[in-house]
Amino acid sequence: MGRKLLIHNDHVPNIHTLEVYRAHGGYASVEKALKTMQPDQVTDEVKKSGLRGRGGAGFPTGMKWSFLAKPEGVPRYLVCNADESEPGTFKDRYLMEKIPHALIEGMITSSFALGAKTSYIYIRGEYFYVARIVEAAIAEAYAAGWLGKNILGTDFSHDCYVQVGGGAYICGEETALLESLEGKRGNPRIKPPFPAVAGLWGCPTVVNNVETIAAVVPIVNMGGEEYAKIGVGKSTGTKLISASGHINKPGVYEIELGITVEDFIYSDEYCGGIRNGKKLKAVVAGGSSVPILPTELILKTAKGEPRLMTYESLSDGGFSTGTMLGSGGFIAMDEDTSIVKNLFTFSRFYHHESCGQCSPCREGTGWMEKILKKFLDGTANESDVDLLWDIQSKIEGKTICPLGEAAAWPVAAAIRHFKHEFIEIAQKKKFVDISHYDRLNKIRA
Amino acid sequence: MKVTIDGIEIDVPKGTTILQAARMIGAEVAPPTMCYYSSLKTSGGYCRTCIVKVTQGSTANPTPMPKPVASCRTEVMDGMVVENTINKDVLEARKGVVEFLLMNHPLDCPVCDQAGECHLQDLGYEHGAATTRYEFPRREFEKIDIGKYVQLHMTRCIMCFRCVKVAEQLTDNRVHGVMHRGDAAEISTYIENVIENDFSGNVIDVCPVGALTDKTFRFKSRVWFTKPVDATCDCKKCSGKVRLWMKGEEVLRVTARKDQWGEAEEFICNTCRFERKNTSDWKTEGPSPIHKSSVISQNHYENLNELKVKIMKQQKALGFTPFDKRP
Ligand SMILES: Cc1cc2nc3c(=O)[nH]c(=O)nc-3n(C[C@H](O)[C@H](O)[C@H](O)COP(=O)(O)O)c2cc1C
Ligand code: SF4
Ligand code: SF4
Ligand code: SF4
Ligand code: FES
Repeated sequence: MGRKLLIHNDHVPNIHTLEVYRAHGGYASVEKALKTMQPDQVTDEVKKSGLRGRGGAGFPTGMKWSFLAKPEGVPRYLVCNADESEPGTFKDRYLMEKIPHALIEGMITSSFALGAKTSYIYIRGEYFYVARIVEAAIAEAYAAGWLGKNILGTDFSHDCYVQVGGGAYICGEETALLESLEGKRGNPRIKPPFPAVAGLWGCPTVVNNVETIAAVVPIVNMGGEEYAKIGVGKSTGTKLISASGHINKPGVYEIELGITVEDFIYSDEYCGGIRNGKKLKAVVAGGSSVPILPTELILKTAKGEPRLMTYESLSDGGFSTGTMLGSGGFIAMDEDTSIVKNLFTFSRFYHHESCGQCSPCREGTGWMEKILKKFLDGTANESDVDLLWDIQSKIEGKTICPLGEAAAWPVAAAIRHFKHEFIEIAQKKKFVDISHYDRLNKIRA
Repeated sequence: MKVTIDGIEIDVPKGTTILQAARMIGAEVAPPTMCYYSSLKTSGGYCRTCIVKVTQGSTANPTPMPKPVASCRTEVMDGMVVENTINKDVLEARKGVVEFLLMNHPLDCPVCDQAGECHLQDLGYEHGAATTRYEFPRREFEKIDIGKYVQLHMTRCIMCFRCVKVAEQLTDNRVHGVMHRGDAAEISTYIENVIENDFSGNVIDVCPVGALTDKTFRFKSRVWFTKPVDATCDCKKCSGKVRLWMKGEEVLRVTARKDQWGEAEEFICNTCRFERKNTSDWKTEGPSPIHKSSVISQNHYENLNELKVKIMKQQKALGFTPFDKRP
């Protein structure tokens, strides 16, 4: 069994309450940090731990924290990104729903390190019931003195607020999130300046994912060096993986970074293999925006080495033969899956979620969806594959925020590895049933 | 700070953007702009037509920037090297942007009020492909009146957000902005609210296309049949420095004076723009200087052609299929 540091207590009855959480060692990191450490020491431990952002980009958290500007007399903020909207990713919800105090504890300890007197947890609109759970936990924490003035009798005071979003994927992009938090339209900002210099209300701000912040708790408790012993190379610690698709046991798993992809898919500890005895066809390893890989490339790298669940191994081979760990949204597809249909679903999503600020993403995402729809309708031509390729290449890297890339990469990867499926559909004018989308559209309208 | 754009070096003060530096060098190297407007804060960065390649970040850190950058929102660093018209990836990417901008656009210039002074028309002519590969229905909207003076035709809007910045920065009661998201986003007034503000008419001048137009432009006339004359009046609200668009002795339209880049030199008030339509209201200064980029300029399309030929030559040297030779 792999070690678990984040959700090891998820089956303890009433672990969502402060009483039970505390009885299982909760809030020890706050005690340790506030009473025995200086803020910079906490940051140092996070640096030593090698923790990398769990929201998708994998940026080293300790380094991000040390970039935070600290001008005199200007407030600093910690903002928790709980907008989790990437298709295939649902680990933050699990954590907040099951063990809300793990996040709040992380918020307090991290805020102490950053010198933030105020922090916000920005939760996506559809997670309204999760927001209620987190708010109830915050109320408990205030009542017990873990939040508020002079925590544990020290001169550290902290307030933490929950803000519920309106239900837009783009508000997960950190600067769009900040705009939304300020009460504006959730449009990504043009960077620089970066949030570390001018974030929320123009003040220095750190934005971190739910899981990143929760991981600070075990890091402070066990020490950064101990934490860094788990994992392989620059992929240290444990990671929550949202496993979905045609596997026997979908769900949220905490893995030690470094296990093999094969083990993750087929072992009983995790996904338990492909359901109904089918064969695996392809995997989207890190949420809908990362490149899809066919079985032979997801189990082994192009060099023939076993592919590991680490940042480095998954991206081995670049985009031509590799992918990304991303946010850990692991979607497995069996041999009966239509890659084109799956791609249509993703493209439809990105089209719907584009904020519309920059031309390539605003126009290109819709165009790609419409062309993919032609494939499903059986009216596409072979030349449409080249057109799709060209459009994605004209979006990628030319937009304000990475949503443009997120929309372009899946298209590029599907064509790169499964071009024959597009061609076959175009030649046979094969019709793919998507009537359930029309029903969905009716429900929406 | 020294910056090199398309092989031409220039010394600029700190804080200068690549676009500003390029404009200082001249029109040959200046990237086209559709959303940037020097006098509007936070404008630019949206349309992506002005993207350029930074092949050397600075003397201190010579690594190239991985992605093309929006020249209007990127400040120069000492020793930066930028490629615009000499870089085939930039030209290709820009062509892509133009195609995206035209894709949901009606392209019915013959019946459009903006024809002849439309930046999109120019952009398509200079940088675009002759045809678009978009085969689906384009988005369409009804024309709506937003107030007594201004008409909004969203069908032609390219979402440059300049009008929103005008509303934000020049008027005191913003009632119009962006609604909805993605390609369903539209410029609108909240519940058909009316724009009533002394400076609201400036949205017409900043609009690069024919989406916001002047309803008082009487006797609808093609711009090339009108004669621009610079004039002044004693105005209590604005500088009173305007451009009159005359036909004979008649004032058909009043606008701000535009500079070489098509931007208003000074914003004017609604009284000057919409209500002073008699020659007696104005003291004329003589014919307006006509810039190369204006269709009134006799050589407008010849100049564009010259530029096009020049770019094509460069492309050929780079082994790049010229745009009109493409399928
Ligand atoms: C379109 C888009 C959506 C995103 N959605 C999320 C999200 O839901 N949750 C998240 O933590 N990060 C999301 N991110 C990444 C954030 O911008 C940011 O990098 C992250 O919150 C940083 O936290 P970390 O360093 O802890 O990973 C998104 C990015 C983009 C471009
Ligand atoms: S890339 Fe898309 S989502 Fe991001 S700013 Fe541009 S239009 Fe908005
Ligand atoms: S806005 Fe410009 S490009 Fe569009 S129809 Fe009018 S003149 Fe033509
Ligand atoms: S109406 Fe004109 S100025 Fe306003 S966003 Fe559209 S194109 Fe730009
Ligand atoms: S002019 Fe620079 S992005 Fe539009």
